[in-house]
Amino acid sequence: MDVAVLLHAMVKRTAVSMVASRRRSQLQEKGIELLLLASALTSVAITIGIVSVLAYESFLFFRQVSLLQFFTDRQWTPLFAEAHYGILPLVSGTLVTTGVALALAIPMGSLIAIYLSEYASRRLRETVKPILELLSAVPTVVYGYFALLFVTPALQHIWPNLPGFNMLSAGLVIGIMIVPYVSSVSEDAMRAVPLHLREGAFALGATRMQTALRVVFPSALSGIIAAYVLGVSRAIGETMVVAIAAGMQPTLTLNPLEPAATMTAYIVQVSLGDLPHGSVGYQTIFATGLMLLLITLVFNIAGHVLKRRYRQVY
Amino acid sequence: MSLIATSRDVLKIEARSLSFYYGTLQALREVSIGVYDRRVTAMIGPSGCGKTTYLRCLNRMHDLYPGNRYEGEVLLYPDKVNIVGPNIDPIEVRMRIGMVFQKPNPFPKSIYENVAYGVRIRGTSSPIDLDGVVERALRDAALWAEVKERLHAPAFNLSGGQQQRLCIARALATDPELMLFDEPTSALDPTATGRIEELITVLKQRVAIIIVTHNMQQAARVSDYTAFMYEGRMVEYDRTDKMFTNPSDKLTEDYVTGRFG
Amino acid sequence: MSLNAATDKSTEPSPVRRLIAWRKRLDRFFALEGLSVMILALLVLLALLGQLAFDGLGRISWRFLTSFPSRFPAQAGILSAWIGTMLVMLVTALTAVPLGVGAAIYLEEYAPKNWVTELIEINIANLAGVPSIVYGLMALGLLVYELHLGQSILTAGLTLAMLILPMVIIATREAIRSVPPHIREAAYALGATKWQTVRHHVVPYSTGGILTGMILALSRAVGETAPLITIGALSFIAFLPHPPWQSEFPFISMQWLLDPFTVMPIQMFNWVSRPQEEFHVNAAAAGLVLLFMTLAMNALAIVVRARYRKRIHW
Repeated sequence: MDVAVLLHAMVKRTAVSMVASRRRSQLQEKGIELLLLASALTSVAITIGIVSVLAYESFLFFRQVSLLQFFTDRQWTPLFAEAHYGILPLVSGTLVTTGVALALAIPMGSLIAIYLSEYASRRLRETVKPILELLSAVPTVVYGYFALLFVTPALQHIWPNLPGFNMLSAGLVIGIMIVPYVSSVSEDAMRAVPLHLREGAFALGATRMQTALRVVFPSALSGIIAAYVLGVSRAIGETMVVAIAAGMQPTLTLNPLEPAATMTAYIVQVSLGDLPHGSVGYQTIFATGLMLLLITLVFNIAGHVLKRRYRQVY
Repeated sequence: MSLIATSRDVLKIEARSLSFYYGTLQALREVSIGVYDRRVTAMIGPSGCGKTTYLRCLNRMHDLYPGNRYEGEVLLYPDKVNIVGPNIDPIEVRMRIGMVFQKPNPFPKSIYENVAYGVRIRGTSSPIDLDGVVERALRDAALWAEVKERLHAPAFNLSGGQQQRLCIARALATDPELMLFDEPTSALDPTATGRIEELITVLKQRVAIIIVTHNMQQAARVSDYTAFMYEGRMVEYDRTDKMFTNPSDKLTEDYVTGRFG
Repeated sequence: MSLNAATDKSTEPSPVRRLIAWRKRLDRFFALEGLSVMILALLVLLALLGQLAFDGLGRISWRFLTSFPSRFPAQAGILSAWIGTMLVMLVTALTAVPLGVGAAIYLEEYAPKNWVTELIEINIANLAGVPSIVYGLMALGLLVYELHLGQSILTAGLTLAMLILPMVIIATREAIRSVPPHIREAAYALGATKWQTVRHHVVPYSTGGILTGMILALSRAVGETAPLITIGALSFIAFLPHPPWQSEFPFISMQWLLDPFTVMPIQMFNWVSRPQEEFHVNAAAAGLVLLFMTLAMNALAIVVRARYRKRIHW
C-alpha cells in the first residue's frame, strides 16, 4: 500500500512540475502566434499604405484640378505652361497597347494551351513548358529593348511610314510577354477537366479539335477566364516596354501605328525628371496611379464575377 | 454492461458518459467504459461505430481540428483528473498517453531522431541519456537488433512493419502511462502483423493498452478485455474469452459471429 | 448508313464519309496551327536572345563589368549597377523572406476560420495583381518623403520586398500544404506544441518549396525597373555605396543603406533611351548580363527543387 501512495505522490509531483513548465511555454506559444499574426498583417498594412498614399496625393491634386476636366479634357500636358489635365490620352494609350497585346496573347496563349493539353505528348509538353517559362522570366526592360530595336525596324519593312516610337511594337511585345501567363493558367484549367468528359465526346465520334473546343474549353472556362484576367492585369500594368518603345507623347488616338504614352509610361517620365515634392506636377503621377489602380481593380472584380458564374464542379 | 474485473485489475482510464460531437453530428453517445492498467483492451465494431473517435478522445487529438466538442468525463488514474475537462491542456494529456497510427508515420528523419524526438521535447538533452533511452525503446519495440548498425539511416528505408515498430518505439521512449493503437496492423502483411501482436502481449506488462481493430481474430488473440461499439454506443464490454464464446447481448453475438459487419 | 458501305463498290463517297474526312482535315489543320504557334513563340525567344547577343556580346569584357557609367559609351561599364542590384537584393531578401514565411505559417497553421483571416487572404490575392509601378508610388510617398528614408538602397529594398511579398507567401503556403497531416498528427501525439511541430517538422520538411519560391521571387525582383525609377534611383552613379564595414567601433557600418544607388535594369533603360547607337550596344551588353543573372537564379531554383524532392518524398 505504501508503494501505491509513493507512486501516487511521484506522479502528482511530476504532473505539477510539468504544469508549471507548461504555463511558461504556453506564454511563449502565444507570443510566437502574435508575431506570426503580425507578419500576416503586414500585407494588410501594405494595402492600406498604397490606398492612403494614392488617395491623399490625389485628394491634393483634385483640390486644384476639377474632376470634370480630368475626365473630359482631351489633352494631357501637365508640365507645359498652359497645362491640361485630361487623363483620356493616357487611358487611350493604355487601352490601345493592352488591346494589341491581348489580340496577340489570347488567341496564341489559348491555342498553345489547347495544343499542350489535348494534343501534345508528355515529352513535347515537358520540352515546351520550360521554354515558355523562359519567356516569362525575361526582364521587361530587355523586352523593351527588343521592341524598339528589332520589332519596330522589322515592322517598318511592312509600313515604311511607321514612326520609331509606336504602340504596335510595344503592344505586340507585351503580348508575347504575357503568352506564358495565359497559356500556363489555361492549360492547368484544361488539364483539370476530368478524362471521362473527354471520353464521352470521343465515344460519340468527335475529333480532338471538336472535343477540345466544344467540351474541354467550355468546362474549363472559369480557369481560362482567370488566365485572361491575369493577362489583362499584366498588360495594363506594364511599364518598361511602353516607356522604351511607345514613346512618351500623350496623344489621344486609337491608331496603334502612332506613338503615345500610357499611364505607366507617364509616371516613369515624371519620375525621371525633377519635380518638386508637393507641386501639382508631382501630384499628377499619383492621380494617374490611382486611375491605373482603379482600372486594374475593375478588371479583377469583373474577372472574379465571371469566374464564379462559369465555375464548374466536376 | 458488467465489468468483470479480477482483484488484481486496477483502473487506468475511465470514460463516464462520454459524448462527442463533430460540429453538430453526434459521434459518441454516452460511452462509459473503464480500461485497466497492464491489460490489453480491444475496441471492436463495424466501420463508423465510433471506436477510433473514442480512441482519439483519450489523447485529445480532436482538439487539432475546429468545431469539435466533448461532453461527459474521462478520468485518468491514479490522480483521477478529467482529461476532457475545459481547463486541461491537451498537450499535457498527450505527454502522458502515446499513440500508434493506422498507417506507419515515421518522420523523414533518421531512426535515432525519430525515437529521440518525444524525449527531446520533454527537455532531456544530454546525449548519453538520450542514447540509452533510444536503445531501450528500440529493444522494447523488438527493433533494436535490426537497426542497431544503422541508427542514423533514414527511417523511410525501413519496411512497413519495421516502420510501425519504429513508431511504437517512438511512443514508448517517452514512458507513457497508456498506449493507444489505432488499427496498427491493417496496413501490414501477416508476418509483420504477427510480430506486432507478439510485441503488444509483451508490452502490456508495463503499460495499459487500448487497441482498435476491425479484425476480430486479432482482438481474440491479443486482448484481455474487449469492448463492442455500435453506432456511437458502447454495447457490451467484458473479458475477451466471455465476449467471444458467450456474449450477453444479441447484437454482440451477431457481430462476433459474422452475421453483419 | 450501313457498315457495308466500306465494301460498296460505288466510287462516290457517301456524305457522312465526306464529313468525317473534312473534320479530320480540320483536326489536323488545327493541330498544325497549335504547333506552329508554339514554334512562333520559340522563334521569338530566339530572335530576342539573338538580337541581344548580336548587339551586345562584343561589349562584354572584364572592363565592362568593372567600370562606372561614363559619357563615353566605349568606356562605360556596369560596376555600380550590379553592385547596386546585389545590395538592394540583400535588403529585399532579408525583409521579404521572414515576413513572407511568417505570414504563410500563420495562415496555414494558426489562423482560425474567421473574417480576419479571409480579409488577409483576399488582400494577398489582390496585392499580387497590383501593377508594380504602384508600389513605387506608394514607396515614394511613404518611405521617401513621409519616413524620410530618402532615395536610398534601403527604400529600394523595402519597395521590392513589398512587391514580392505575395509571391513568397503563396509559394510558402503551397510548400507547407504539401506536408501530409499524418506527420503533424505524429508530432502532436508525442506531446509537441504547435510551435514545436511547426519548427521541428513543418518548416524543415517544406524547405525545398520555400527556397524555390524565394529564389523565383527574387529573380523577379532583379528585373524590376519601374518601381525603382519612381522612387528616384538615378542612373548616372559614378561611385559605389559605402562599404558595410568601417575602421572604428562597432566595425559594421549601416551607412550604405542610405546611399543613392542604381541597379542593372535601370542602367540598361538609361542606355537604350539614348539616341546614340553606341549606347545601345552597352544596353544590349547590360541586358545580356541581366538575363544571365535572371536565368542563373531560375536554374538554381530548379536545382534546389530537384535536390529537396530527392530527399523528402511523401
